[in-house]
Amino acid sequence: MSNLTFASISEGQELATFQRTTDFMHWNRYAAVNDEFVQLHMDDDAGKKVGQKGAFGMGNLQVAYLHNLLRQWLGDDCWVKKFRCELRGMNFKNDTLTAKGKVLKKYEQGGEKLADVELWTENQNGQKLCPGSATVVIYS
Amino acid sequence: MTQEKPKTYVTPEIKARIGVENPGQASSPIEESDIRKWAIAVYWPAQPPRVFWDVEHAKKSRWKGIIAPQEMNVFTWPAERPKQRLSAAGTGQPGSRILNGGSEFEYFAPIRPGDVISSNSKLAEVFEREGKMGLMMFQVTQTDWTNQKGELVKRSRTTLIFY
Repeated sequence: MSNLTFASISEGQELATFQRTTDFMHWNRYAAVNDEFVQLHMDDDAGKKVGQKGAFGMGNLQVAYLHNLLRQWLGDDCWVKKFRCELRGMNFKNDTLTAKGKVLKKYEQGGEKLADVELWTENQNGQKLCPGSATVVIYS
Repeated sequence: MTQEKPKTYVTPEIKARIGVENPGQASSPIEESDIRKWAIAVYWPAQPPRVFWDVEHAKKSRWKGIIAPQEMNVFTWPAERPKQRLSAAGTGQPGSRILNGGSEFEYFAPIRPGDVISSNSKLAEVFEREGKMGLMMFQVTQTDWTNQKGELVKRSRTTLIFY
């Protein structure tokens, strides 16, 4: 359980990161649950045919990792109210993907304690692949 | 000969679709197993949080039972397979090439085992801009998910850029 409280959150605070080095073991499992069998995510040759260096991971798996980052921070209570992101870069085989976040603002609105968080995934070269933001509810 | 620059990609056919609701099919009832498998896949290789698979643990949480990871897709594995997805390459002609312009989600009621989710989508907005790739058309599709009690579960706005 998370011991996090609204009072303990500070603007500018960085979240503990969520990291995965991804390959077909991750992508195939995601393909299975998301019913997303696309050659570009399964076959290095298909990736090369469209000018990439090989197969690459699903954009929506990066979206899931950003949700994981928030859940890792807020525990079972985690509730994302709003989420947005843009997919800007690809996640190739054996890339180490790190989901990161930073608290932009905390405030009360409509009887709820909320925090706005800047989010992104980056690869091992520090290239941002999926920048976005979220608003989460803080229940404690 | 140089190609004439298009003045707009917004055809009358596209204009006619704006705001028109497209009710989709209802999902199959969500099962605990669907939730557990999704959680395992997105946390692989670590064990996912217990609130997604351990009933007793989840009962003690603020959710009083298992809930689905908020980003879970409940419209997978239809028996009637959808037509092929749009290809990012299009036909290669201006206006047919596609970029993912990003997604926005608003979450309302949590998804729980037993829920049946209905989807309703519409082309919400179409606008154009000149960019470094020339004329670009933005299509924003809004999709609402509603559960069997009529509660709104999720509103998505996804943007496709045609250039």
